[in-house]
Amino acid sequence: MSELLEAAEIALEAARGAGADDADTVVVASESTETRVRGDEIDYVKQAHQRTLGVRALVRGRDGTRQAITSTSDLAEPALRAMAAEAATLARATAQDPAAGLPDSGFADPNALPDLALADPADRGVDVEARVDAARRAERAARAVDPRIVNSEGSQASSGFSQVVYANSLGFRGAYESASHALFSEPLARNGSGMQRDYWMSVSRRLASLESPEAVGTTAAERALRRLDARPVPTCEVPVIFDPLTAASLWRQVAALVNGYSVYRGTSFLAGKLGEVVASPSVQLVDDPLRPGGLGSRPFDGEGLPSQRTALIEDGRLRNLLLDTYSARKLGFESNAHASRSASSAPGAGATNLYLEPGQGRLDEIVADTPRGLLVTELIGMGFNPVTGDYSRGAAGHWIENGALCHPVEEVTIAANFADMLQGIDAVGEDLLWLSSVASPSVRVARMTVAGEA
Amino acid sequence: MTRPTARDFFRDRFGLDERSLGAALDTALERRVDHADLFFEYASQSSVVLEEGIVKSGDRHLEQGVGVRAQVGERTGYAHSDELNVESIQLAARTARAISADAAGGRSAQAAVATRERDLYPVARPPTDTPVEDMIALVEAIDAYARSRDPRIVEVMASCVAQHRQVLVLASDGTLAEDVRPLVRLNVQVIAVEGNRREVGYQGCGGRTDFESLVDPARWQPIADEAARVAIQNLGAEPCPAGSMTVVLGPGWPGILLHEAIGHGLEGDFNRKGTSAFAGRVGERVAAPGVTVVDDGTLPGRRGSLNVDDEGTPTQRTVLIEDGILRGYLQDRQNARLMGVPATGNGRRQSYAHLPMPRMTNTFMLAGQDDPQDILRSVDRGIFAVHFGGGQVDITSGKFVFSASEAYRIENGRIGAPLKGATLIGNGPDVLTRVSRIGHDLALDQGVGTCGKDGQSVPVGVGLPTIRVDELTVGGTEG
Repeated sequence: MSELLEAAEIALEAARGAGADDADTVVVASESTETRVRGDEIDYVKQAHQRTLGVRALVRGRDGTRQAITSTSDLAEPALRAMAAEAATLARATAQDPAAGLPDSGFADPNALPDLALADPADRGVDVEARVDAARRAERAARAVDPRIVNSEGSQASSGFSQVVYANSLGFRGAYESASHALFSEPLARNGSGMQRDYWMSVSRRLASLESPEAVGTTAAERALRRLDARPVPTCEVPVIFDPLTAASLWRQVAALVNGYSVYRGTSFLAGKLGEVVASPSVQLVDDPLRPGGLGSRPFDGEGLPSQRTALIEDGRLRNLLLDTYSARKLGFESNAHASRSASSAPGAGATNLYLEPGQGRLDEIVADTPRGLLVTELIGMGFNPVTGDYSRGAAGHWIENGALCHPVEEVTIAANFADMLQGIDAVGEDLLWLSSVASPSVRVARMTVAGEA
Repeated sequence: MTRPTARDFFRDRFGLDERSLGAALDTALERRVDHADLFFEYASQSSVVLEEGIVKSGDRHLEQGVGVRAQVGERTGYAHSDELNVESIQLAARTARAISADAAGGRSAQAAVATRERDLYPVARPPTDTPVEDMIALVEAIDAYARSRDPRIVEVMASCVAQHRQVLVLASDGTLAEDVRPLVRLNVQVIAVEGNRREVGYQGCGGRTDFESLVDPARWQPIADEAARVAIQNLGAEPCPAGSMTVVLGPGWPGILLHEAIGHGLEGDFNRKGTSAFAGRVGERVAAPGVTVVDDGTLPGRRGSLNVDDEGTPTQRTVLIEDGILRGYLQDRQNARLMGVPATGNGRRQSYAHLPMPRMTNTFMLAGQDDPQDILRSVDRGIFAVHFGGGQVDITSGKFVFSASEAYRIENGRIGAPLKGATLIGNGPDVLTRVSRIGHDLALDQGVGTCGKDGQSVPVGVGLPTIRVDELTVGGTEG
């Protein structure tokens, strides 16, 4: 870590030396091991070390601040100095912007950062053989579930550790470490009607918290099997239930819609809707960067501000946007510490651990409460227009008739206006599932167009 | 003019001469492996973005590193380093070779033989050497021009990106290949407002050329015009119908249909593993007579083109489907070796930090005989889709989607009202069997495509003549 802090100091000093009035820098160093086993054979073992340093130079003028960003994966001192100086030179060519610049104050206390359990010291020094063995066990378990599991894209095990340093010319110096371990299995099922794949995974900050490889492989195989004999359904308008995995994609879209940048640019249909009812009363959407062990957790944001829990939608009403310093200034607000930042990017706004608070009832109970409809378990494509809310995506899942799953479905699309979908959520399950930094329980949307056969 | 070569660059800047490179390769070969290679990369990128009428930031990024790979049968050991010195490369080579348990007894790489010289994208000056002031002047000119097109245009975002990538590949079979790859891209997005309707339109262009090629107004004005036209057009768009219907696809970018419906399914890795819906189907009919689809990495200056792929294999024109019959797959070296066929120059990787895989280059359908107007006139009821966003495919089930961002109703052979965007869904192995008309107007896209696979992004191209597809499911909202 001290080596990274040293690099950060050099970059800040060089940027200021080259004429920047202010500067900040992000250094990210990561190490990872990833292995995939397919059938009885190792497919690959990959070991990686990567470091990147990015510097933002800010040059103040009469009418605002000019800005530029440079980054390099060459952390040798001459390369660092050259890139930092170049940031200052580039900045002088850009326009003055009254909203640009570092936060004025309110930085996190680097000596009193919350312990978010982002890494377990016991997991240090990854044992490659043990990761290969975990992938092998998941793969064996998947293939043993049923004779119709005939093939796979393989099973993966990975472990990564990273260190993040953020420093700025106002004196903030902060650093934290994090880890991420994952198991993933993707088997294929085949019968007379064709082939289907599906996957399952487990992801955690701690190796000990992962699901067992056998459980991951078995669940993946069961998911692939239940898709066999899928077929389209006739075009219709019905209730659509999203399982926790596909429901999370709805909240990713909301995160983009309430991003301060989309709002001030007018590229979100939720722009100007703060304080209004935008979803059904059962929708409670929260972003919590302080969730212990959360896959999106961090003690401070990409500008050094202390992380805080933010309620985005309460009882269906839009309460807050995701804001960094720049987008907050553009909209006349204060940052709520949602600056996301990679080493090679300017700060932006973004979610950390975003989730819909669970409601009541299991998924099978919601299905039982649906006389006729579609349970969606996979979505493909990117058919969403954030400016108009028009939503149309490819889907696969199960047809529901008389409150029971009837047959698997594929090659259909589901479409509606997203604003109507949010307002039309009439059931939220209790089955909140964290497989990434965005999580959801099952949700049901009262009515969507399912397009399939003529 | 003598071009500076990537080999000279890595030797002069990092002291990596042929002796130290050969020694690193020999380290990887101290175990019994079928193939080992080193991939060196030094890439820089510059970009500017304009919004709200001003350029708020300029960016410059530098990425360098080496990836070392050792392969035995289906197994690959891989390690990479962002430090380009002899010790780091040796360490990576020792890590990669650990995939093999067997000592080889001191085998040496075959003597390096440089691949033949060819340059599909010569430039007088790397695009990243463009003064930032010139890039700023370009996006400012585009902003002023786009705003002047129509009073309903309320916002313009314009960006340009310049890349310069030098790669060097050294492999145990004696391959020594190098490439210097320029890449430029321009994007224009406009927002139009009328009453309470708000719509967005975008268009872009680019390729493996110098930056100067973008500066000519004859190049960028049509791009800005198109972005503005789409946004204004969509202000009056009606809800799209839902269900199975006849779809006419316009020329150029709608070629994304081929990329999703068949391209990914024909990549060698999925077929070697038997996980693609196209596995084992070479020689069978997978498209209507008259449908010929190729992947061609040798088109001068195109975004998807490469002199050599990222394993040092020269790119080529590969026929995937010939007159409706499946002819072959896209191969990298490992999958070609395991399937007993030649590599096709499709081994690509996002960067030194990623493993190569079979990937597409420029994928397109050859022109047919039909007049595009006749094709439209042949449709009683259907939709005409001309602009698309992204797409995705499940290569195992063969189901694919691609999303229209500009489409029209066709009624009684005439183009009708503009429709709101909708996703189209189909089944890869049979969608092309329903191509009933093929236009004579083959066009390639403007040079903006990026393909994602296994988390790796690479630039690609697509192309299509106007075609009629009978019975494709359109995911609108109107029954």
